[in-house]
Amino acid sequence: MATAALSTAQPAPGQAAWRRFCRHRLALAGAVIIVVLVLGSAIGPYLLPFDDTYIDIMKRFAPPFSGAHILGTDELGRDVLARLMMGARVSLSIGIVAMVMAMVVGIVVGAFAGFYGGVVGAVLMRLVDAVLCFPTIFLLLALAALTEPGLVTTTVLIAATAWMWVARVVEAQVRSLREREFAVAALAFGSSNLRIMFRELVPNAVAPIMVAATLNVAKAILLESYLSYLGYGIQPPAASLGNMLNNAQIYLTSAPWLAIAPGVAITLAVTSFNFLGDGLRDALDPRMNIP
Amino acid sequence: MARYVLNRLAQAAMLLAIVSAIGFALLHLAPGGPLSQFAASAQMTQEDLDRVTRQLGLDRPLPIQYLDWLGRMLKGDWGKSYRDGEAVLSVISSHLGATLELMTTATVIAVLLGCWIGILGALRRYSLFDSLATVGAMIALSIPTFWFGLVTIYVFSVTLGWLPAGNRETVGDGSFLDLAHHLIAPAMVLALVETAMWGRFMRSSMLEVINQDYIRTARAKGLPEWRILTVHALRNALLPMITVAGLQFPTLLGGALVAETVFTWPGMGRLFLDSIGYRDYPVVMGILMFSATMVLIGSLIADILYAVVDPRIRVG
Repeated sequence: MATAALSTAQPAPGQAAWRRFCRHRLALAGAVIIVVLVLGSAIGPYLLPFDDTYIDIMKRFAPPFSGAHILGTDELGRDVLARLMMGARVSLSIGIVAMVMAMVVGIVVGAFAGFYGGVVGAVLMRLVDAVLCFPTIFLLLALAALTEPGLVTTTVLIAATAWMWVARVVEAQVRSLREREFAVAALAFGSSNLRIMFRELVPNAVAPIMVAATLNVAKAILLESYLSYLGYGIQPPAASLGNMLNNAQIYLTSAPWLAIAPGVAITLAVTSFNFLGDGLRDALDPRMNIP
Repeated sequence: MARYVLNRLAQAAMLLAIVSAIGFALLHLAPGGPLSQFAASAQMTQEDLDRVTRQLGLDRPLPIQYLDWLGRMLKGDWGKSYRDGEAVLSVISSHLGATLELMTTATVIAVLLGCWIGILGALRRYSLFDSLATVGAMIALSIPTFWFGLVTIYVFSVTLGWLPAGNRETVGDGSFLDLAHHLIAPAMVLALVETAMWGRFMRSSMLEVINQDYIRTARAKGLPEWRILTVHALRNALLPMITVAGLQFPTLLGGALVAETVFTWPGMGRLFLDSIGYRDYPVVMGILMFSATMVLIGSLIADILYAVVDPRIRVG
């Protein structure tokens, strides 16, 4: 078995095709799940007769699939499915908006560092290295302790702890693209530095940037769930996938369904974005492909 | 070699300077800044506050304050906890043991399991095992650690009743078996993400090595397959794992915080969250700086070790 695998550097064409198919199938599945989640959280709440914050104390802890509440009710009698949809809406929005913010900061820092190099590049990239020294959750929580929790703060804080990886990717790309003929030609035409950076170099690095953006959404959704679960993100009564799990541990014995749906939703969303990012990496840039 | 080490040390010192500057800035961002402890007390008048400001030297220019603060940090004076007035460093060190115990156990599990999965996946590339491992690793990296902890508690504590749902020991027991019994669930939860990462890195490292010419040469010499794999391939494939260990460290620390919270494990992460709850800024900032310094030292050690075992690195 091992000998057969070792004797060929390249896999048989059929196997390689199966692998590509498999990987892209996963990316495709990821894309489909993302579309379903986005549509479900956008339209879903309008289709339900229950409001996500409506408290019905007489119907506390209704188990799933029993009566009107499909996924049951929580400790205050709120409909879990309605909260799940609104929570997914909040979590996905935070994931995408935080990603956009992190991309903007990361692209600007990376482009300046990669284009100018020298002292500017060294200072900017050492700053990136320094911020990366802080374990993300520690930094996120420390920053959250200094601010008022809420939707905007949570989004900004997640972006503030996620831009560094983007900066690294963009810096490496811009540094190598800067030497290519089209960049030199643009310089010879008298284009300004800013124009070369953001009209010539960054657009040519769009493939790795798109991959980084997709993976960044996954990371942001995960970070939101950590922050809200620990009580420093989205505050009740508003729902997010993370804060729905806030009290789940207390009721784990009596109402385990409260822990299941949000956790599955987070895992599903994060896995989908990760698979999509992986598939994009394979499809867009074969050189980045890890063997 | 000496030059490489010196170079790397200088880089680390510079990083530490930037890291400490960030820490100092955060300290001043806290409501009331370094004075928040006094500002919160109703008995202090503005006059008192001004006097304390002068006494603590907080009216001096920021760069001088920073150097002063850095000097005290280097001497081990990290300030005092608002909660009980204990020195921050001693509060941290009293919680460090539990965290290290958890992190070490999880790392041992992750390294053994991850390397095994990675090596097997590389040797049987594109097999069913490899595909399942790849997909499994991606899902493991996407599961929120705290939720996996909740599921573990539900399955192994609530339903099966095999493992305790939290804490480091049963009060009044504390024997080795009792400690080990409590350690299983949190270590397993923390190890999940780590195993996935080790598996992925090990697989790509092993694949890179077994496609090298010298492996083909070894095979052409007619060496037995197990000898090629263990002596020639594995030894070289394990080298880059030193770097992975360094890269893993921040994730491991963050994961420990979450696992400690779910399993009420009395470690540094739990202390961090409690301190945030009490707005105990000196301890919060202390742990933040401590964890960043640990990450920095960890990556420094990993880089130097890697240069020791792989001479090619020293030149570059």
